[in-house]
Amino acid sequence: MEPLRIADKVFSSRLFTGTGKFASNELMESALLVSGTELVTVALKRIDQNNKADQMLKHLAHPRINLLPNTSGARTAKEAVFAAELGREALETNWVKLEIHPDPRYLLPDPIETLLAAVELVKAGFIVLPYIHADPVLCKRLEDVGVAAVMPLGSPIGSNKGLKTAEFLEIIISQSNVPVIVDAGIGSPSHAALAMEMGASAVLVNTAIATASNPVQMAAAFKAGVEAGLMAQQAGLSATSTHAIASSPMIAFLNESES
Amino acid sequence: MFKDLFEKYNWAEVKTLIHTATSEQVEAALKKEKLLVSDFAALVSPAAAPYLEEMISKSSMLTRQRFGNTMQLYIPMYLSNECKNICTYCGFSLQNKVPRKTLSDTEIMQEVAILKKRGFDHLLLVTGEDGQMVGMPYFRNAIKLLRPHFAQISIEVQPLEAEEYQELSELGVHTVLVYQETYKEEDYKLHHPKGRKSNFHYRLETPDRIGKAGIHKIGLGVLIGLEDWRTDSFFTALHLSYLEKTYWKTRFSISFPRLRPFSGGLAPKVEMSDRELVQLICAYRLFNPDVELSISTRESARFRNLLSTIGITSMSAGSRTNPGGYSIDPQSLEQFEISDERSVEEVIEMLKSQGLQPVYKDWTYVW
Repeated sequence: MEPLRIADKVFSSRLFTGTGKFASNELMESALLVSGTELVTVALKRIDQNNKADQMLKHLAHPRINLLPNTSGARTAKEAVFAAELGREALETNWVKLEIHPDPRYLLPDPIETLLAAVELVKAGFIVLPYIHADPVLCKRLEDVGVAAVMPLGSPIGSNKGLKTAEFLEIIISQSNVPVIVDAGIGSPSHAALAMEMGASAVLVNTAIATASNPVQMAAAFKAGVEAGLMAQQAGLSATSTHAIASSPMIAFLNESES
Repeated sequence: MFKDLFEKYNWAEVKTLIHTATSEQVEAALKKEKLLVSDFAALVSPAAAPYLEEMISKSSMLTRQRFGNTMQLYIPMYLSNECKNICTYCGFSLQNKVPRKTLSDTEIMQEVAILKKRGFDHLLLVTGEDGQMVGMPYFRNAIKLLRPHFAQISIEVQPLEAEEYQELSELGVHTVLVYQETYKEEDYKLHHPKGRKSNFHYRLETPDRIGKAGIHKIGLGVLIGLEDWRTDSFFTALHLSYLEKTYWKTRFSISFPRLRPFSGGLAPKVEMSDRELVQLICAYRLFNPDVELSISTRESARFRNLLSTIGITSMSAGSRTNPGGYSIDPQSLEQFEISDERSVEEVIEMLKSQGLQPVYKDWTYVW
């Protein structure tokens, strides 16, 4: 299957993952390895920058796994820019998942602050992947300022409710010039497959894997779901219809009457 | 201000409403995804007792989905037991003739050394209320000293003015805890006969002042045992939903301190059984899937083991409730008796064996 390119990196897996909510770092490591993921987001606030032997990072040290620090906890553009700079230093990468959710309950992203921060971060040389609402206009505005991909949400983060924003995701996918990564709300492998079938470039999953009864097996299921969805996307889905369509009775009639 | 909403409710009426709730109301609340404060009233009512198993199962599920398989750990550091209030239930109360102590800079750093060795990164600072000896100058100095050593600092001190909270926020205070103790206005004065704390309304409006100051998290709660816990919890839930709507960027946590014995103290007026505390915790979780629920070492080891799996998201471990209790003066007067006396290592082992990852650090001072 065609690999995905974002900025200077090429990914053969379309499943991106989070690192929160796992029962232990060991379990997180096993699940992430089984998922085949190559891009893993890490909350900067969970990392102990003063401790080079940070437990979580130790378990993510695999050649295939790229780290994507996120700015979770930031409430404004200014805080997010500051966090991104700390992340660049702590994790030695200029990639950043830009998350600004001032509302601590639904963790819904602030579009205004996100756009402001994206401008700053792109200027400062970051590869910016912003987490945003499924807002097609905002996606284009972010694309204009030079983000490397957009990460619209399927439904509120951690809700496992699937692609409640499907109508808008379709618009975003159809008009985007940068990769579209569906982030948040993906609760099952079928949701992930659906996002890929729709044409998403990748999906990001955390809660559904981390809080499954068997996270390792669920990681494998997501891997399969994403691969199936991508295969279907590339094979070209046939059109759907609510009615059965007989194979061209009118054409048969016309052919008969013309002969 | 919360006062405007609070005044629309009457303690006796709310109490009657809760105590006459029906099983139909409980069942209706259990079917909902988004609960109203009236549903919370049904869930803390005696009528909900037979539904405890269902409440536990829903609460556990919501907690794991929202917070994952994790447990946040924090440690209290008592800075001072000086107090000018008379509170009938507290070991630090003015009329208790006990040795008083306020930690010096050197003593604070001695305590820090031990707490850091134990791995803590989230610190809760506690004092009594003595604005002269332990006021803003003392807090400023202590926060500046402590800030480089901890990822998150919470305070549980006397109510302050909004500008003072703002200043502390800028110095690095993340969370402010202020418990109303009881929302029963007519009896509040009986429990707090003397000192600044006897002003019910100043305390009631404190969370508004904290919210306005932009503090990241506000901790609420009542002292269980003073008055009817069901009615007091209803008002806490009402306060919580008001604050969430008004200060929408702020996080909230709820604690459930049950009156514990202390030297010379009174016995609780209203008893709350373990079963009832479980009911209350589950009711909060069903009412508000996002609120942090915290439990201290006031509760027994065995009970805390169970609570950690049903809705609690934050706990302390290996706590001392006296100034200098970790390094200087382990024997001095405690605010209350610790019930879970296990070491941090033992609590961590317990959490791991229940499939929970202990989280020491979940904040960074960049914002």
